[in-house]
Amino acid sequence: MRLLNVSGSPHVHSGESVKRIMWDVNIALIPLLLTAILFFGFEALFVCLVSVASCLLFQWLIEKFLLKTKTTITDGSAIVTGLLLAFNLPSNLPLWIVIIGALVAIGIGKMSFGGLGKNPFNPALVGRVFLLISFPVQMTTWPRPLGICNIFSNGAVDATTGATPLAAFKEAVKNGTANFDMPNLMDAFLGHIGGSMGEVSAIAIIIGGIYMLCRRVISWHIPVSFIGTALVFSAILWCINPSHYMDPITTILTGGLMLGAVFMATDMVTSPMSKWGKVVFGIGCGLLTIIIRNWGSYPEGVSFAILLMNACVPLINKGFKPKRFAK
Amino acid sequence: MRTFRLGGVHPEENKISTNAKIEVFPLPKQAVVFLNQHLGAPATPVVAKGDAVKTGQLIAKAEAFVCANIHSPVTGTVNKIDTMKDIFGFNKTAIVIDVAETEEWVETVDTTPDIKRDITLSQKEIVDKIKEMGIVGLGGATFPTHIKYMIPEGKKAEYLLINAAECEPYLTSDHRVILDHTEEVLIGISVLRKALGVPKAYIGIENNKPEPIARLQEMAKQFEGIEVVPLKVKYPQGAEKQLIYSITRRSVPSGKLPIDVGCVVNNIGTAFSVYEAVQKNKPLIETIMTLTGKSLGQQQQHNFVVRIGTPFSDLANYIGGLPEDTCKIISGGTMMGKAIVNIDGPIVKGTSSMLLISEKEAYRYEEQDCIRCGKCVKACPMGLEPYLFSSLINNGKFQEAADNHLMDCMECGCCLFSCPAHKPLTDEIRLAKTKLRQMQQKK
Repeated sequence: MRLLNVSGSPHVHSGESVKRIMWDVNIALIPLLLTAILFFGFEALFVCLVSVASCLLFQWLIEKFLLKTKTTITDGSAIVTGLLLAFNLPSNLPLWIVIIGALVAIGIGKMSFGGLGKNPFNPALVGRVFLLISFPVQMTTWPRPLGICNIFSNGAVDATTGATPLAAFKEAVKNGTANFDMPNLMDAFLGHIGGSMGEVSAIAIIIGGIYMLCRRVISWHIPVSFIGTALVFSAILWCINPSHYMDPITTILTGGLMLGAVFMATDMVTSPMSKWGKVVFGIGCGLLTIIIRNWGSYPEGVSFAILLMNACVPLINKGFKPKRFAK
Repeated sequence: MRTFRLGGVHPEENKISTNAKIEVFPLPKQAVVFLNQHLGAPATPVVAKGDAVKTGQLIAKAEAFVCANIHSPVTGTVNKIDTMKDIFGFNKTAIVIDVAETEEWVETVDTTPDIKRDITLSQKEIVDKIKEMGIVGLGGATFPTHIKYMIPEGKKAEYLLINAAECEPYLTSDHRVILDHTEEVLIGISVLRKALGVPKAYIGIENNKPEPIARLQEMAKQFEGIEVVPLKVKYPQGAEKQLIYSITRRSVPSGKLPIDVGCVVNNIGTAFSVYEAVQKNKPLIETIMTLTGKSLGQQQQHNFVVRIGTPFSDLANYIGGLPEDTCKIISGGTMMGKAIVNIDGPIVKGTSSMLLISEKEAYRYEEQDCIRCGKCVKACPMGLEPYLFSSLINNGKFQEAADNHLMDCMECGCCLFSCPAHKPLTDEIRLAKTKLRQMQQKK
């Protein structure tokens, strides 16, 4: 006798899976990886590989020996964390620091809460901020990017180091040097400026973002409200005093704001559910970023802004419910 | 293109059986006719064991307010009135009739194939006739139709909406009934329009049925006050509240009925049975249903008109047994249909399909932790938060789930359909609804 399956409806599924979403994010990160290699040489690739490998290893170790559950490293989420962490680091960071960052990101940022889906904070940012506070010198020594034509001819990247545009600006404002030489906007757009490996090239981030939008991994609400708020707020400040505040275009093209708005703030685990909640979250990120940049002690504020807003997500979810039918 | 605003998904349409004309399915050897084939109280039998019955004869009478008459779908003798198992395995009282060799209809039924166009009955007579003939809504809820036409005091009907959306994957019975019985359907709609006393009836139909739309639009010119409204292909376009919104831009508030916004909605299949009841005096003793499945060949896809009481297994035998890989049989569509437990159970009023699902399609992936992606929120056509229900329900907080409007859920399945973590969201919501109803009863 043949037995039939019985289950509740619906009896079909869209085919979406956690794995697919995570691998889509990984695919969206490929342009960033390429620009990182292009501007910072193969050293950048090495940092990425170490970061990803240690994230995978730590997740596997924690699941196997601490939680004693089935391993989930194949779902691709640890690779996303590893890549995003690496993209938030300078390319010349000593590898042992990268490994510590991965341990904090995976161990404290993600697994201590119970794994994927349960973490309130973006794991990569937890790792990054931990390193920023613990190793301030190494974390703020940036290699100058290579010219596009001489990456292969000149392998020695760490020959010169320099500050990021944001840090240089802050320094200039502090010293009262009004005429600060801002980076060429085209360089900033392509990524030919100092900074973390993944944050420099706006164009690569936009390509990745468009891919994720098309695959419906993210929605436009957070990036648009985040960048829009930062743009408007910094424009207001710049109009008040152009010599004291950075111009709005440079503001959004530097200091990881694009990377944060497209890849970090949109992390589905740590962002709100409803459309309006997402907009509020994005506005909060934008405001906090500009406030920390201009009046805080750190030159950049994206990581802190996103982590602070992550903490507000449960509240936002309560306050900004989706619009109900006939309401 | 008109559509509803919130949520919705687009499952694979799989309308494989659209080209199969409606065929008359052979009579069963024994018909099992349940006393409760509709929403509401069971009907009371008016025949006893050993009685001879004719096709179309009243065998159980509606006595409660929300109830429908039941007529004999076959000619024969009453074998017993006993508890029988329905297709979902529930015990229900049924009249079991042994089918006689020759079929004999009740004299009042007009069994000629002629189309009767003149609507001679008055408004009240139509509603009485619908009630007498035991017509129920064939869109799935099987709500007795005549009640919709008894407008409560203080309410006013302004629109008659005919639901031909057929947004469920696989189902093609509405599609076929439009093509094979275009004029009858439109006469049925005119009858309903007269019964309601409204100037206009709108037929809402999903845009993936160009042929029926063209046919209806062409034929509707000969009728007064019928407009065909093509709708965007989006599930659940045929859900009552969504359909009303798509066509009239009116929203039925939570806990209210369509009549509260001046609408009455009927399925197009119901319109056809109303035609038969009012114009031809034929009670609701058969249903038009689809027999389909991906593993069946093109020749084995069918749309049947089947007598009520015919066991599902007769349909399986008709196509030479179930295909090897059949893993699940569904009565209804893949989104809201129910998986059947007992293939020997009979067809009832409102049965719309027998759907054979293969192992590959029926596979349910392992549940993972929620990644809070919000896809369920985006998919929900009622604007609810299924992820929140899931966590509240798993923590036993049923009342809090109800405070977040759990009861507004119509179990359309969009959340589970789109959940990347494969959480059984719709199942959990169903569980909580039952639990909440029990809690309500205890109070």
